[in-house]
Amino acid sequence: MGLNNRIPAGELAQKWSTYKSTCKLVNPANKRSLDIIVVGTGLAGASAAASLAELGYSVKTFCFQDSGRRAHSIAAQGGINAAKNYQNDGDSVYRLFYDTIKGGDYRAREANVHRLAEVSGNIIDQCVAQGVPFAREYGGLLSNRSFGGTQVQRTFYAAGQTGQQLLLGAYSAQMRQVAIGKIKEYNRHEMLDVVTIDGKARGIIARNLVTGEIERHGAHAVLLCTGGYGNVFFLSTNAMGSNVTAAWKAHKKGAFFGNPCFTQIHPTCIPVSGDHQSKLTLMSESLRNDGRIWVPKKQGDTRKPNEIAEEERDYYLERRYPAFGNLVPRDVASRAAKERCDAGYGVGSSKMAVYLDFASAIERYGKTEATKQGKSNASKEDIIAMGKDVVKEKYGNLFEMYAKITGEDPYSVPMRIYPAVHYTMGGLWVDYELMTNVPGLYALGEANFSDHGANRLGASALMQGLADGYFVIPYTIGNYLADEISTPKINTNQVAFDEAEKAVTDRIHHFMNVKGTKSVDYFHKKLGLIMWNQCGMARNEQGLKQAIADIRALREEFWKEVRVPGTADSLNPELDKAGRVADFLELGELMCIDALNREESCGGHFREEHQTEDGEALRHDDKFMYVSCWENKGEQGWDLHKEDLVYDVIHPSQRNYK
Amino acid sequence: MEHTTINLKLKVWRQKNAQDSGRFENYDAKDISTEMSFLEMFDVLNERLINEGQDPIAFDHDCREGICGMCSMHINGRAHGPWQGTTTCQLHMRAFKDGETITVEPWRAKAFPVLKDLTVDRSAFDRIQQAGGYVSVNTGNAQDGNALPIDKDKADASFAAAACIGCGACVAACKNSSAMLFTSAKVSQYALLPQGQPERTTRVLNMVAQMDKEGFGACTNTGACEAECPKEISISNIARLNREYLSAQLSL
Amino acid sequence: MTWKEYFTSSIGKKLVMAFTGLFLILFLIVHATINGMIFFDDNGEMFNYYAHFFSHNWIIRIMEVGLFVGLILHAVQGLMLTFQNQSKRPVKYAVNPGNATSKWYSRSMGILGSLLLIFLIIHLRHFWIGTKASLYITGEEHNLFEEMKIVFSELWVVVFYSVGVISLCWHLIHGFKSAFQSIGINSPKYNGMIQTVGIAYSLIICFAFLMMPVALHLGWIQ
Repeated sequence: MGLNNRIPAGELAQKWSTYKSTCKLVNPANKRSLDIIVVGTGLAGASAAASLAELGYSVKTFCFQDSGRRAHSIAAQGGINAAKNYQNDGDSVYRLFYDTIKGGDYRAREANVHRLAEVSGNIIDQCVAQGVPFAREYGGLLSNRSFGGTQVQRTFYAAGQTGQQLLLGAYSAQMRQVAIGKIKEYNRHEMLDVVTIDGKARGIIARNLVTGEIERHGAHAVLLCTGGYGNVFFLSTNAMGSNVTAAWKAHKKGAFFGNPCFTQIHPTCIPVSGDHQSKLTLMSESLRNDGRIWVPKKQGDTRKPNEIAEEERDYYLERRYPAFGNLVPRDVASRAAKERCDAGYGVGSSKMAVYLDFASAIERYGKTEATKQGKSNASKEDIIAMGKDVVKEKYGNLFEMYAKITGEDPYSVPMRIYPAVHYTMGGLWVDYELMTNVPGLYALGEANFSDHGANRLGASALMQGLADGYFVIPYTIGNYLADEISTPKINTNQVAFDEAEKAVTDRIHHFMNVKGTKSVDYFHKKLGLIMWNQCGMARNEQGLKQAIADIRALREEFWKEVRVPGTADSLNPELDKAGRVADFLELGELMCIDALNREESCGGHFREEHQTEDGEALRHDDKFMYVSCWENKGEQGWDLHKEDLVYDVIHPSQRNYK
Repeated sequence: MEHTTINLKLKVWRQKNAQDSGRFENYDAKDISTEMSFLEMFDVLNERLINEGQDPIAFDHDCREGICGMCSMHINGRAHGPWQGTTTCQLHMRAFKDGETITVEPWRAKAFPVLKDLTVDRSAFDRIQQAGGYVSVNTGNAQDGNALPIDKDKADASFAAAACIGCGACVAACKNSSAMLFTSAKVSQYALLPQGQPERTTRVLNMVAQMDKEGFGACTNTGACEAECPKEISISNIARLNREYLSAQLSL
Repeated sequence: MTWKEYFTSSIGKKLVMAFTGLFLILFLIVHATINGMIFFDDNGEMFNYYAHFFSHNWIIRIMEVGLFVGLILHAVQGLMLTFQNQSKRPVKYAVNPGNATSKWYSRSMGILGSLLLIFLIIHLRHFWIGTKASLYITGEEHNLFEEMKIVFSELWVVVFYSVGVISLCWHLIHGFKSAFQSIGINSPKYNGMIQTVGIAYSLIICFAFLMMPVALHLGWIQ
């Protein structure tokens, strides 16, 4: 299969408007008879489903949760970027485009990213119109804050619950279409296969998670908006149910997987507290606006943080990256934390943590507040108290969450943080139209690989999910469906559906009948550990080769030894998990293969063999200026296809945040 | 933080499916770290049940950071357990004493039928939202975000209402299984914003009608919903809903 | 939406409860004020004067009909709501939160109200029927004060009235505030006031009612 990224010709800044003016359209009467399946109801899925239904298409949505509103986009805290330049600080579409490409360490497509920057402003407008209660200034206008990897304030937010508010906005638009019958919802359903007929995606096989019933759904196009695969590491900031299954089934049906090894490790998460740990909790990047990150200057220092004097603290990000300081991109901040902990400067009982300290911010805000209130001779205690109030207003919910999880008061003791798996830049390969190489099969949001290169900037995931769903797919899908208007409603009694359903049923039957000795979680945890140790923040050839062998062995053991209790015809969370972990066990191998193949360091992918003298990522643009597109060959493994990355406007250089 | 281990006795509601009448089963949870979350304690218990060849306990959960609204346990008589402003997933075992017996039940309401064990069907909330919990604005119609200045206090109050995670703790905590807090939070979010004005009247009428149709009870203003809401949504929203409903009816 | 739909919706029903409740709250002020006349200790002269006025003035007599309508609406609606609400949770919790999340009396409005209803029936039997009988049947001047002295001479009546009045007090403490919430008034600007006035009103009214049987029984008032 050849790869055509379908990037329109012409000037970069004109490509999208040219595309929009020239793509094929489907007339309203024809739209009604075209069915579209949307799998996943996060930002990308809900926004796409709502927008397509508004246009007149007949849409079906699927999600494994009990309601569309629960998709994990809801947990995004910090904000959403948009090149509005409301702050008059020099922002522009070009700068957002440039920052995103640079932040992604020059491994993203120029045309996609430019389009993303172009539509970013429309997203804010759309969300405001839907009644999303963004933070505002006293004058009634929208408020902004800054995020990592940028020098402007372009992040819009709603306290520490921006993802929630944006998702509920998209969900409300989706519910409006459900009410008028344009969208039919299938909640507590899991997609277990894509059905292709004559090479085109024509439907899916889904399992009703309550009754266990296997269902066939036909459609003229299938959109996978199923998020990322960070849970391959077992411990991540993803939701417990987040999984790769939908994307993986598509991959096995011919869709290429792009850059699977590009994983984002988020620098500010609450550290692991014990073996029981089921997931990791993120502390928003917005905290790095005001918090300062440090470790003791002395190795193995066991003193309490408040007993360590100012001059004995190493604010290592400010020291190493004076220009960006605590607001360096995520990959850089994470690696710096790992470097300090590995060198023996870590803090806390596990020594795998660094401090995120608000003391100086509290004092600074307290002084400003004292001046504002005209208290020129306020005591130190008063200043601290006023400062705490300001910090509480800005980050209250995050501080509370930290206190609940750790039992410590972050207003008086610095937070302990450590990097954790957060986002996957890799995903299904898609062209400019967000279509995979399987015609009629699309991937949107985190599920695709397209916009963030090797590292995503903070507050850009929400932007991409909504850009794809609200402003890209409504145009690009028409370009495909215009040629499908004479295709009648998809008949689900065709052989392809029979075969797909049989494969799904057989697999479930297999899980139920292994009757092994070990739980699904046992395998998931083992896989996670392999991935974290060998394919996490730092990777090397030997480790990756070992990991591949270990994963293969684990996979074999899984199919022989897994124990799935209960029955297949009832609500059975263990059965759901078994299917997901089986797919992770295959994906993990591909991630390691990809990481092994990419003999350079870029963004979140850090190969120890390839670093500069001062430990920064060292790219090899001459050899790896491409997207790795992996084709599944079943038992034979994978074939690598390369999509060359062509930079017409930006000149890739060594990223510099100093 | 120092952590210790404790032993607990659990009394958990088990119910095969919606038709089954259900009963309590007792379990011992041993060597539970006080650092665990309540759901991690259930993970440990389930792992043991699987290893012993028993059916693990089904419960809803997803994000485990207190925002998706999926987790839903009634713990020792309290929706989401003893901590205020906390979801079950954020409740940590520090809240319990060694040797304590903990009773865990599903949300109980006619409108939230039990699907299995501690898992209930909350699709009634989706249908209330469908009845009018939106602003009818198609994608692409929007004016510039800053073209419409909004009073900061109003925007903040709207956000406070919009923070609802739709977990259903309000219904679970209410002696009448009333969904007034949920419905009022959504109505308030839009009633406070200029974007919500064009559909203000129809929204409140339709959402309340759907709420009643779903089989939730009426409000007795006991305030239990507010006390148990993990996002601490105020019952002043319920007053607003009452006001909105009355003025919608009075409007000519 | 039709008015019928409005008043049969869950919120409409509560509005009926709130308005009739507030109406009854106003009535209680009048009732307590007139009863308070006995404390003038003038052998019931002033009390009887106003009792006569209130039972004979035709405006008041029309309002009395309204009062009964309000009372019946409040009681019937309240009972129906209580039963309907209970049916919304077919399987009860094994463990309940007790007073951790709400006040006991706010959860017990149905029971308190039922107690009040029983109390009212006996109370009307004691005082209202006699008054009406003399007004419409015998045509004699009715000495209500003397009747009160006779009724309250019995200890069980005093105990029964005390229970009734205490129930009323708890019913009012929640009901007063709750009525404002149901009408839609809940704002930091007014909440303190509503709360204070509500509690003060409940205590004063009920104290006044409680003192009548007690004072008459113990012979504090002759």
